[in-house]
Amino acid sequence: MNEDDQDRMKKLLKQALPPVKEDAEPRRNLWPAMLRRMDARPTTAVWAGFSSAWFDGALAAGLVALIAISPASIPIILYYL
Amino acid sequence: MQNDESYVLNQFQQGDAAAFETLFHQHQRTVYCWVLRITRNSAAAEDLTIETFWRIFSAHARFDPARGFEGWARRIATRAALDWLRAGRTESELSTEMLAEAMAPIEADPALTAEIRLKTAMAFARLPAKLRTAATLAVIEELPQRDVAAALGISVAAVKLRVFRALRLLRKDLEKQGITP
Repeated sequence: MNEDDQDRMKKLLKQALPPVKEDAEPRRNLWPAMLRRMDARPTTAVWAGFSSAWFDGALAAGLVALIAISPASIPIILYYL
Repeated sequence: MQNDESYVLNQFQQGDAAAFETLFHQHQRTVYCWVLRITRNSAAAEDLTIETFWRIFSAHARFDPARGFEGWARRIATRAALDWLRAGRTESELSTEMLAEAMAPIEADPALTAEIRLKTAMAFARLPAKLRTAATLAVIEELPQRDVAAALGISVAAVKLRVFRALRLLRKDLEKQGITP
């Protein structure tokens, strides 16, 4: 895709999705909701952190195994990173 | 004034709730606008503004007052918005705002039909979240690539690459639908 193609795509994209107005504001006062969120006990935080760490570790191990078995997959993995 | 700001930032870093409230009121609109730019959904942007400030509040001890609040908040907001985009959002869930934007009459190019703009918006919504976010901020919002890179925590070169890949995938998707941009 050359520069002209890129420019055409950019123009099309901007016409399909115009930029957000700079004076946009929330439709409601968010502070009461923020206070409710702060008062709520983070009961799942510990488990979620563990779960996330476990998943990240498993994913990393899987990628290492894939690279060891099939080094040809490195460019594909890099592409999707 | 500068001393007041420094004081509030230092107090927040130590976990002071009043300082956090001050920062919330000072920066909620900026954070909301930033998240709205990425999600293009006002209801989600409101929820994500709260989520962002919750993450900010939870991470107060890691905040470095010397590096300023806004950039830090923007990075956290970007991560929250990306999480939301990754949570299974597809073109079938295009917000009414996005549909309205795509269907609205435009003066710039009358030859570009509402159908093409809608299909473009839907194809764009199908892109991977990180490509879509980079293209949204750099192309649609026309923000400086340096700012986009800082918000995404990547280099300017990586922003350019993500935008290029987003545009290429978008073009391929449209070509499959018989639309030649």
